[in-house]
Amino acid sequence: MKRIALLGMPNTGKSTLFNRMTGGAARVGNWPGITVELLTGKILLGANMVEIIDLPGIYDLHGFSEDEQVVRHFLHDNVPDLALIVLNATQIERQLSLLLQLKQLNLNMVVLLNMADEAKKFGITIDSAKMSESLGIPIFQMSAKYGTGYPEALHAATRALRYPTPRMAEQLRAQLEQDDHIESEMARVLQHSVQVPARMPDNLTTRLDQLMLHPWLGLPIFFGIMYLLFQGIFLFGQPLQAGVNTAFGWLREAAVAPLFSGLPPTLQGLLLDGVYNGVATVAAFVPIIVLFFLFMAIVEDTGYLSRAAFLMDALMAKMGLDGRSFVMLLMGFGCNVPALMGTRVMRSRSLRMLSMLVIPFSLCSARLQVFVFVSAALFSPQAAPLALFSLYLFSFAAAIVTALLFKGQFPNNEPFVLELPPYRFPTGRQMVMRGWHEVTHFLRRATQFIVAGVVLVWLLTHLPASATPAGSDTFAGIIGGWLHPLFAPIGITPELTIALIFGFVAKEIVIGSLAVIYGLSGEALSGALAQQLDWVQAYSFMLFTLIYTPCLSAIATLRSESRNMGFTLFAIGWSLVLAWAVSFTFYQGARWLGY
Amino acid sequence: MSAAEPLPPTVTLASLHPGDAATLAAIHTDDALYQRLLALGFRSGKLVQVIRRASFGGPLQVRIGTTDILLRRAEAEKITVQQP
Ligand SMILES: Nc1nc2c(ncn2[C@@H]2O[C@H](COP(=O)(O)OP(=O)(O)O)[C@@H](O)[C@H]2O)c(=O)[nH]1
Repeated sequence: MKRIALLGMPNTGKSTLFNRMTGGAARVGNWPGITVELLTGKILLGANMVEIIDLPGIYDLHGFSEDEQVVRHFLHDNVPDLALIVLNATQIERQLSLLLQLKQLNLNMVVLLNMADEAKKFGITIDSAKMSESLGIPIFQMSAKYGTGYPEALHAATRALRYPTPRMAEQLRAQLEQDDHIESEMARVLQHSVQVPARMPDNLTTRLDQLMLHPWLGLPIFFGIMYLLFQGIFLFGQPLQAGVNTAFGWLREAAVAPLFSGLPPTLQGLLLDGVYNGVATVAAFVPIIVLFFLFMAIVEDTGYLSRAAFLMDALMAKMGLDGRSFVMLLMGFGCNVPALMGTRVMRSRSLRMLSMLVIPFSLCSARLQVFVFVSAALFSPQAAPLALFSLYLFSFAAAIVTALLFKGQFPNNEPFVLELPPYRFPTGRQMVMRGWHEVTHFLRRATQFIVAGVVLVWLLTHLPASATPAGSDTFAGIIGGWLHPLFAPIGITPELTIALIFGFVAKEIVIGSLAVIYGLSGEALSGALAQQLDWVQAYSFMLFTLIYTPCLSAIATLRSESRNMGFTLFAIGWSLVLAWAVSFTFYQGARWLGY
Repeated sequence: MSAAEPLPPTVTLASLHPGDAATLAAIHTDDALYQRLLALGFRSGKLVQVIRRASFGGPLQVRIGTTDILLRRAEAEKITVQQP
């Protein structure tokens, strides 16, 4: 099968193009010569199936960052049949340098000047025919976001695929040494084909930034936006989640229970109280997750995260981190795994390690599910969103404390240089695709971990057969009993302890396993929790859940990204210690104060 | 400017105030950062404008051509410019 690689600088729209080409049906692939996974998708181009590979964005081929090494190694060991070079048309003046470097590799390539819509708005005119002629490469203008020019680009790619695949030059590096003439070559190409207005028009971005990056208002606005987002998720998401829960409860009584009624009681219990209750409780969070990621996608797509980096860099520097670490912390609110991988843009290993040490404290969407459920069960409707927001503050605090404590071990003087893109707003199509992507991602995790997790919880809480279900003589009860001396001082009951153990695998399982342990779901489970716990215990439980080890996937990512088992174990150990210390302080403090 | 006239003295990018524009003269950083800055459009002779500075001694926002870039003052001190 022929292979097409997407290449270009970061933020030029490669992923957007990739999604447009593959319809979002991507999978993760492994490649010889590189250790990281790349997104690939198969599409029918002309009469043949071809494989599209989305490579990480790179600034130049000499680069020293991990991403740049990945691309170098990839190109060396897997010469693509065609390279689609994606450049940002509004920045053609400087991005041409990457194209000229790539040209020296003798790749079979087609150049796509993306974001043609923005270029037009900025008053930039590009004569792609002329440019194509002076470079001897097919060049097309297009907009990956809106689709204009896309059919032509695809057609050109189809045609270019007919050429034989070039052989990679033996001396990749040597080829690249002759960079000197690039500057004059750039000037030559640009001179006749590109016109950029001397002054950028005073556009929306400039005006918005006057407010958003205001010296004094910038930070308050940032925290205000965050607060509104999380309030919004709770206010919209919680009723949705309760609604879905009710629907699952109804479905159980109306259809699932009758269906299984012929089975032996134990099997019936396993299927209904174990698998069905557990999975339904977790699945009820799908609306919240989708909502959350839609909000995240909007924030991410607007380019506001880079603004956050600008606002926070000075403070992050005091913690031995930088603005990018802060952005990764924010990304971690979605899922810690991509945030951990996002640290690849950092060149200094120390900075990367320190960032990876703090990212797992980001309150990810899986933990959000636990907190939405528990705080709705234990707090009044007015207090619940505040309790949730306070957990976000604790999440930051845990990261800050950790960074301050360990920055001495990870000293770095990595320069902080970051592009500030203009504000952009996602299209409806982009949001739908993102939402869909999250649903499928969730379902994949569900099939991997959650079903197995809840089945195991059910078995632990019902075996040996002689024991009373969920009683102290079951395996779960015995384990809970062992750990009791450790968890009693922080107000966590044996039932919750079992849920925490499973939360180690994936935080989504926590509420699912509570459903199984109590044999209840939805409202009934909330009721049972409210009866058994007071708010101090519940909050202590949430603090512990927030801080203790990220899930198994995050641990695996920590391990593979750091390539250091000692560091990974340290990250886990530290989070356990910190979680216990924080919960202990909170729980004992609150009790001492008379709560 | 005639060829005989002396060039205006160079100052560092970090010393510019928001709103100031200047011509990029030279970059005195290590190789890796030098490469990155080149790719971001920092080439001598280009016009660079300081848009704003973050509070608490935070980064600068500068504009070169159509690209806006954030960089710390420490980095900006390694870049020299000529003010007209
Ligand atoms: N206006 C405009 N925005 C685009 C276009 N293509 C991508 N974008 C936006 O540019 C940003 C970066 O795109 P992305 O695909 O993540 O870039 P990547 O880093 O190269 O993968 C996102 O906000 C996209 O929505 C385009 O053709 N026009």
